[in-house]
Amino acid sequence: MHGSKDGEKSHGGDFSYVGIDAILEQMRRKAMKQGFELNLMVVGQSGLGKSTLMNTLFKSKVSRNKSVQSNPEERIPKTVEIKSISHDIEEKGVRMKLTVIDTPGFGDQINNENCWQPIMKFINDQYEAYLQEEININRKKRIPDSRVHCCIYFIPPTGHCLRPLDVEFMRRLSKVVNIVPVIAKADTLTLEERDSFKQTIREELRANGIDVYPQKEFDEDAEDRMINDKIREMIPFAVVGSDQEYQVNGKRLLGRKTKWGTIEVENIAHCEFAYLRDLLIRTHMQNIKDITGSIHYETYRVRRLNESNGHPGALQANGVAAQHEALSHEM
Amino acid sequence: MASSDVARQLDKGARPLSLAGHVGFDSLPDQLVNKSISQGFCFNILCIGETGIGKSTLMDTLFNTNFENFESSHFEPQVKLRAQTYDLQESNVRLRLTVVNTVGFGDQMNKQESYQPVVDYIDKQFETYLQEELKIKRSLHNYHDSRVHACLYFISPSGHSLKSLDLVTMKKLDSKVNIIPVIAKADTISKSELHKFKIKIMSELVSNGVQIYQFPLDDETVAKVNTTMNGHLPFAVVGSTEEVCVGNKMVKARQYPWGVVQVENEHHCDFVKLREMLICVNMEDLREQTHTRHYELYRRCKLEEMGFKDTDPECKPVSLQQTYEVKRQEFLAELQKREDEMRQVFVQRVKEKEAELKEAERQLQGRFEQLKSRHAEEKAALEEKKRLLDNDLTSFGNRKTAAALLQPPGFTVNGKKDKDRKKWVKLFCLCFTAQHSSALMANFELFFFFILIHLFYSVFQFWLHVKT
Repeated sequence: MHGSKDGEKSHGGDFSYVGIDAILEQMRRKAMKQGFELNLMVVGQSGLGKSTLMNTLFKSKVSRNKSVQSNPEERIPKTVEIKSISHDIEEKGVRMKLTVIDTPGFGDQINNENCWQPIMKFINDQYEAYLQEEININRKKRIPDSRVHCCIYFIPPTGHCLRPLDVEFMRRLSKVVNIVPVIAKADTLTLEERDSFKQTIREELRANGIDVYPQKEFDEDAEDRMINDKIREMIPFAVVGSDQEYQVNGKRLLGRKTKWGTIEVENIAHCEFAYLRDLLIRTHMQNIKDITGSIHYETYRVRRLNESNGHPGALQANGVAAQHEALSHEM
Repeated sequence: MASSDVARQLDKGARPLSLAGHVGFDSLPDQLVNKSISQGFCFNILCIGETGIGKSTLMDTLFNTNFENFESSHFEPQVKLRAQTYDLQESNVRLRLTVVNTVGFGDQMNKQESYQPVVDYIDKQFETYLQEELKIKRSLHNYHDSRVHACLYFISPSGHSLKSLDLVTMKKLDSKVNIIPVIAKADTISKSELHKFKIKIMSELVSNGVQIYQFPLDDETVAKVNTTMNGHLPFAVVGSTEEVCVGNKMVKARQYPWGVVQVENEHHCDFVKLREMLICVNMEDLREQTHTRHYELYRRCKLEEMGFKDTDPECKPVSLQQTYEVKRQEFLAELQKREDEMRQVFVQRVKEKEAELKEAERQLQGRFEQLKSRHAEEKAALEEKKRLLDNDLTSFGNRKTAAALLQPPGFTVNGKKDKDRKKWVKLFCLCFTAQHSSALMANFELFFFFILIHLFYSVFQFWLHVKT
């Protein structure tokens, strides 16, 4: 690409060069200076390896491992809690504020009816906070984005089919947030079991009308659809998480060491962790954020603004503003 | 029971964390750029300057295309703006460029209101964006942004100072748009004059408090070049789309008898600097400044004007919807009041109309009564006449029978004659009645006919009488 930095004029005989494509470089510079934000939520029963997977994805201790809790009473919370932890990470000049939202207690009680409600409420609260900020008269230059971009749902590796809890949760939440279902602890399934399990899950999702990410209706063009179709044939990803390195064939790799062999996390012959990582981080991160911002958030906004038109007395100045202050971090 | 409580534990402040390996989110800027490429870019330039100062030529030169402009006349009664949109493409970047030119700027004799159409145009673009943003169902990512990102103000090369029209216009526009002043037709000024001219212009702008666009200095990669360029403002430019052979190359230039002014030669004019600053280095910043500074200012002013506030008199934060609701209630109440008023007026009118109609009805009734009484009177008169005639008839009949009784018997010979006479009497009576009825019926022919018959009978009677 022709650059014209520092006043050099090396255009030579190139008359047709105007320099419009330099805008890409400008955009890139601006984006890197501002930094990025990503909010991931992990949902699943305790003991499915959520924290380990987060740590594996981001190659650092983003979540505290619950299994090392010394106090056994603390291990199963009485209610569904929402725990949000933020970290500033940087790679090759790109700074990102990563927020991992954990949901301990989900699906752990005896009676799990409505256990998705706190989670729905949390997600809607983030949308509300953003909306309040957006309709302010004096608003910030850059509205801090605490909206949940992606929700990773952990399916226990039973090998049979989805449980009613899974179906209920995914059905309700796929309408407000991007859901990426994964099969946790996939090292307990053989390849054939894994494939049939995935097939069953896909059929059940289709039968229940659950649209997980990447949603078919948001494909932009034929190229997009092709790429996304390939991904849709692979979901849910069967993942194994690990934050310990072992020596395999002379290389240090992340893996799980067992008596019958070492499972390499990043080896696509062993598990599909690499595909998940590529989808979430390397190729579709911007798309996930866009869909959250332009579709899920807009749906919420439309609903909210229509609500306020229908019920004149129903609005109060929300206390969400206070919570929003607690959640938001300026870059 | 069912879990429904939420206990939220938050970490205040994000902790920095170091990564133990390559995660891969450094591709995020690339993902962002790719998305923008597929969406395309938008850029809107407004060119303000007197007619004939070279705005269109400069645009053509800047973007290396022929924008198909035609010369405008000098006799426009008012300043107008003409906007044209073009789709340009360079390598894989698609740009939707809108060039807005002023038509007739500086041509009127009274230039007091010259700046107003420009301000109105800029405000209108902000307004359309604001409307879109406030809609319930909106599509901001598909929206064609028409807000003016950069304003090139063309200063005429007098060599002395800014005109008062320039100062007034720029002062009005500096809070609405990024102003980049350029000296047009710079090949008419010599180098030393140009230097003095630039200093004079900048000092005038500063002393009048006009805030022109400063190239941003916060990014280290471009801070140096931007600082230098800030010192070269305003750029002295020359535009040309014609190519002249210089040395062994064809360059864009203007050919004079005394030499050739090369557009892309930095010693000759600042065109290259302008192109670099406007397009290659700061296009994105111009767009961002327009959105975050000028548009926000407009939005704030507009919403405050409409009565929305962030805090109400007790200094408690008020949501926009609350104020909106209050306003909506007010509006509805006013509508209701107006509706009631209208209803009242309507009822009043109906009453009046009813009274009118009643009056008319009464009058008609009166006339009808009158006509009826007259008719009855006439009928009574006619009845009276009929009665009289009937009396006449009966009295004549009586007289007839009396006369017949008094007649001598000699008339028995005339018994047949008597019979005849009786027949004639009957006929006479018939004629008499017929005569009078026909008189009543105003049938004059019959009347005369029967009079004739009456006459004949009278004569016959007399002859009979004489005979006996």
